[in-house]
Amino acid sequence: MLLMPSHDLASLKPGEHATICGIHADENLHHRLNALGFRVGKHIELVRRARFSGPLHVRIGSTDIVMRQSEAARIQISHRAA
Amino acid sequence: MKRIALMGMPNTGKSTLFNRISGASARVGNWPGITVDLTSARILLGGHIAELIDLPGIYDLHGFSDDEQVVRHFLEHNDIDLVILVLNTSQIDRQLSLGLQVRDLGLPTILMLNMVDEARRHGVSVDQQSMSSQLGMPVAMISAKYGDGCKEALQLAAQTMNRESHPTPEHLRDRLSPDDRIEQEMEQIVRSSVQMPMELTDQLTAKIDRILLHPWLGLPLFFGALYALFQFIFTAGKPLQDGVAWILGYLRGGVFEPMLATAPPWLHGLLLDGVYNGVGTVAAFVPLIILFFLVMTMVEDSGYLSRAAYLTDALMARLGLDGRSFVMLLMGFGCNVPALMGTRVMRSRPLRLLTMLVIPFSLCSARLQVFVFMAAALFTPQQAPAVLFSLYLMSFAATFVTALLFKGQLRSDEPFILELPPYRFPTPHQILQRGWLEVSHFLRRATKFIVAGVVLVWALTNFPGDVPPASAYTFAGMIGSALSPLLTPIGIDGQLAIALIFGFVAKEIVIGSLAVIYGLSGDPLMQLMACKLDWVQGMSFMLFTLIYTPCLSTIATLKSESRSNAFTLFSVAWSLILAWGVSFIFYQGARALGY
Repeated sequence: MLLMPSHDLASLKPGEHATICGIHADENLHHRLNALGFRVGKHIELVRRARFSGPLHVRIGSTDIVMRQSEAARIQISHRAA
Repeated sequence: MKRIALMGMPNTGKSTLFNRISGASARVGNWPGITVDLTSARILLGGHIAELIDLPGIYDLHGFSDDEQVVRHFLEHNDIDLVILVLNTSQIDRQLSLGLQVRDLGLPTILMLNMVDEARRHGVSVDQQSMSSQLGMPVAMISAKYGDGCKEALQLAAQTMNRESHPTPEHLRDRLSPDDRIEQEMEQIVRSSVQMPMELTDQLTAKIDRILLHPWLGLPLFFGALYALFQFIFTAGKPLQDGVAWILGYLRGGVFEPMLATAPPWLHGLLLDGVYNGVGTVAAFVPLIILFFLVMTMVEDSGYLSRAAYLTDALMARLGLDGRSFVMLLMGFGCNVPALMGTRVMRSRPLRLLTMLVIPFSLCSARLQVFVFMAAALFTPQQAPAVLFSLYLMSFAATFVTALLFKGQLRSDEPFILELPPYRFPTPHQILQRGWLEVSHFLRRATKFIVAGVVLVWALTNFPGDVPPASAYTFAGMIGSALSPLLTPIGIDGQLAIALIFGFVAKEIVIGSLAVIYGLSGDPLMQLMACKLDWVQGMSFMLFTLIYTPCLSTIATLKSESRSNAFTLFSVAWSLILAWGVSFIFYQGARALGY
């Protein structure tokens, strides 16, 4: 597995996979993300994006989550080159 | 390849140990006999390549929580060469039960007592030799966090694995058969006598999502679904509301009128036109609230609400609201009261308040009655639909302007992160229970407030006692003429002002009040209004009616949902100001253009 330089989650395209390598959020958001399964090293998939720069639909394990781009931008990922 | 199961109680540092042993080679995968994914890693132990599987933490090998069943099923379907059992040294007095249960399985097992560093600080010491001989399994003391004793423990584990033969999964199935029997019986009894919401499989959910969340189809489907629900609520609600009105009318004419026939007129009026009409106003809402919440519970519990929020969030985010606000806003076009109650799904208070501030601008079905009547009286049948449509547009405009103006004050700090649950079918019991809860809530909170309001308006339009009701000589008429400096610039005369005072209670009674005020009803009333008002005045009156305040029930709900008098007062004041402003601009603008 080749790890490329890191991006944030908002830069992912639908259908792409990545690994979380950092979460930059205040304690509140951090807590909430943790509870939903966002942890460093976890595998994440961008399922789809809503029109007009709306929210993102992501999948972690078997959990589906929607979040705005502003929140997604706080999650650092490393692309998994296929 | 050898297979090692890592077992232990929750929060004993089992996963810490797993990470320490496995390094970075962990992967997630499926296993026979179970439906959840488990983490595993290949490790080198005593010259063998072995697969180490991190099983869920459990308290009881013979328990029936999901995790406990997973562990049992794993043991029954997979060949296991060694069990590493992790327990917390400080709590060994309570946790040793799991050690004895695992020993009775007969698998080669090593007990690793973790967090020895902490135990030492607490003064706990363990006689390894004695415990090992009594348990019949090797015991190692480790600190997975700092790595103390781990190397020795793994050597001991390798010896244990190589020394002993292990029982087959079939053998374990025999041992665990009493538990399996209980599981089966549990499932059978639950299936035949317990209703649980049915959950669709992940694959089916993903398939449905592909259509319902489609970039282009998603929104049209959402509006279609909403329109269908809306139609259902109000098509089914109308006959129910009519039924309630009929019962109320029947009771009044058949029971209360004769009962109070000999009472003094003021008491007669107070009890029937005041209190009884107030109760009637509340009762008229009950069928709608029941239906609304039956449908909302279904939508909410089905998992679609968070998907609707996903679809509409792009627009609503720019207004400082979120997707859930949009759903409630549209529900408000039926009736504002349940829409306001529905905002409870939002956790952030500023977001909820902002949503509650804009919902009253939704053109509800009661206001529609007034507009249909006025449009028919003052416009041609060709013009009337356009007039109604423009009022709907105005309703949206008032919502957007209000949200944009106040999103700064009511800034939501809540990040928009929602879980999309798998689609489910809620049980009928769940739905009915929720419907009943909401109705009783509404009745408890709103009744007193509404009855008091209706009595007040009755008093205003009936006193002093020696003048015709609802005439210019009553208190309401006096208020109307006192307000004339304010209302004349927007084209509303004293008589219409009295109708607005009635409209404050409920829009349903505005037309009725006009009938009382002008002493006419039906077609003659329409003709009279067409003579007395021109279309500019009529339109100004409609705009004011649309925006100024929905009804007393809405205000009561605003108060009970926000639990804030200041917010309720602000909401009412803002809608009055906005209504006056819009009507003023329209009326003066139209007059200036020569209409």
